[in-house]
Amino acid sequence: MSDAEMTQTHDVVIIGSGPAGLTAAVYAARANLEPIVIEGMVEGGPTGGQLTLTTEVENYPGFPEGIMGPQLIMDMRAQAERFGTRFVTEDVVKADLETKPVRLETASGKEIFANSLIIATGAKPRRLEVPGEDELWGGGVSACATCDGFFFKDKHVVVVGGGDSAMEEATFLTKFASKVSVVHRRSELRASKIMQERAFKNDKIEFIWNATISEIKGDNGQVTSVVLEDTESGDTRDFAAEGVFLAIGHIPNTWLFEGQLDLDDEGYLLVDEPTTRTNVPGVFACGDVMDHIYRQAVTAAGTGCMAAIDAERYLAEHTDAAPDMPRG
Amino acid sequence: MGATPVTDDKWATEVLESDKPVLVDFWAEWCGPCRMVGPVVDEIADENGDSLKVLKLNVDENPFTARQYGIMSIPTLLVFKNGEIDKRIVGAKGKAQLLQDLNAYV
Repeated sequence: MSDAEMTQTHDVVIIGSGPAGLTAAVYAARANLEPIVIEGMVEGGPTGGQLTLTTEVENYPGFPEGIMGPQLIMDMRAQAERFGTRFVTEDVVKADLETKPVRLETASGKEIFANSLIIATGAKPRRLEVPGEDELWGGGVSACATCDGFFFKDKHVVVVGGGDSAMEEATFLTKFASKVSVVHRRSELRASKIMQERAFKNDKIEFIWNATISEIKGDNGQVTSVVLEDTESGDTRDFAAEGVFLAIGHIPNTWLFEGQLDLDDEGYLLVDEPTTRTNVPGVFACGDVMDHIYRQAVTAAGTGCMAAIDAERYLAEHTDAAPDMPRG
Repeated sequence: MGATPVTDDKWATEVLESDKPVLVDFWAEWCGPCRMVGPVVDEIADENGDSLKVLKLNVDENPFTARQYGIMSIPTLLVFKNGEIDKRIVGAKGKAQLLQDLNAYV
């Protein structure tokens, strides 16, 4: 897209390129709203969102044999592109929502103006925030088993967390690691039954209950052990491991909107349920950035669709020219 | 043209014995974030060919070199000067950020 095209005011701009943003783009594009998707680069996680860090997705309807997460995202992107969506592969560094049109600024200094804005910025992995974590990031500490599992062939690794993503990472890592120790702060898992059973059945996976990691130790830039703290007794012990994979939840990517949009206590965007309207007219939110309950690819896609329809209605009420949304 | 592939065999001549600083992108097909950084590294290669040699190493096909430099996470970008690691950049970054990290070489 040329810079001249870019600086016109767009009817629909979508920030985010996971299932929420791309589904919103498919719907907005089919309504001839010529959406722009600002895909993001790094600040909010990878372009394409969290699915690009997964392997097999078995619960997205329409794929009886499952589909690889990155493939699903590439297909959604192609579908959005087919109907005329245009993409900007950059991070947004500033958003002025008080002005009409809304004004966005990208990392390279591009200005983008929007009559309606759909926020689908998702969430990124939470860090432990313990000593050693930053220093050893990339030296054995990781939040992406599918990226880094390969480097832990015949090594002992720790997975921190008790949800579905922790079980998925642990199970995936057994392909490479000699042993996987799941460290969880409670005495039972939050993960779904099927994911739990899969992990329990795997001989290479052991569970360390009621424990947190209070420090990561290393030598020469590589992880050598973690300090485990018992959540009941408070006792600590050194536990040898060469890798630490984090799966302890996510932080919503809402820092651009602090002070402008209503957030809940955990920083998620609040919407006027059952719609996707935020407290600023013409600004809508969908996907994990506004959903800390379900957080599924299919729910993100569902709210993405809702946001596009909400934006289309908003434009129809606020401009004369907005075309009807074709459905089905 | 982009970053030129380098292998375990050619490592010494292409990297360690290079007169210019060498940026090496450690990557693999199956790594989502690598696929995002790859095109950015290619652009940096095309725009800074005079001052910086830019190579990419597939860790699947060249495990020896990846192990030798303690690569535990990809993408990792290493800059070599006179055969020694001068800079280590771990994780996917945007072009502006990468250029900032590499400002001593570009």
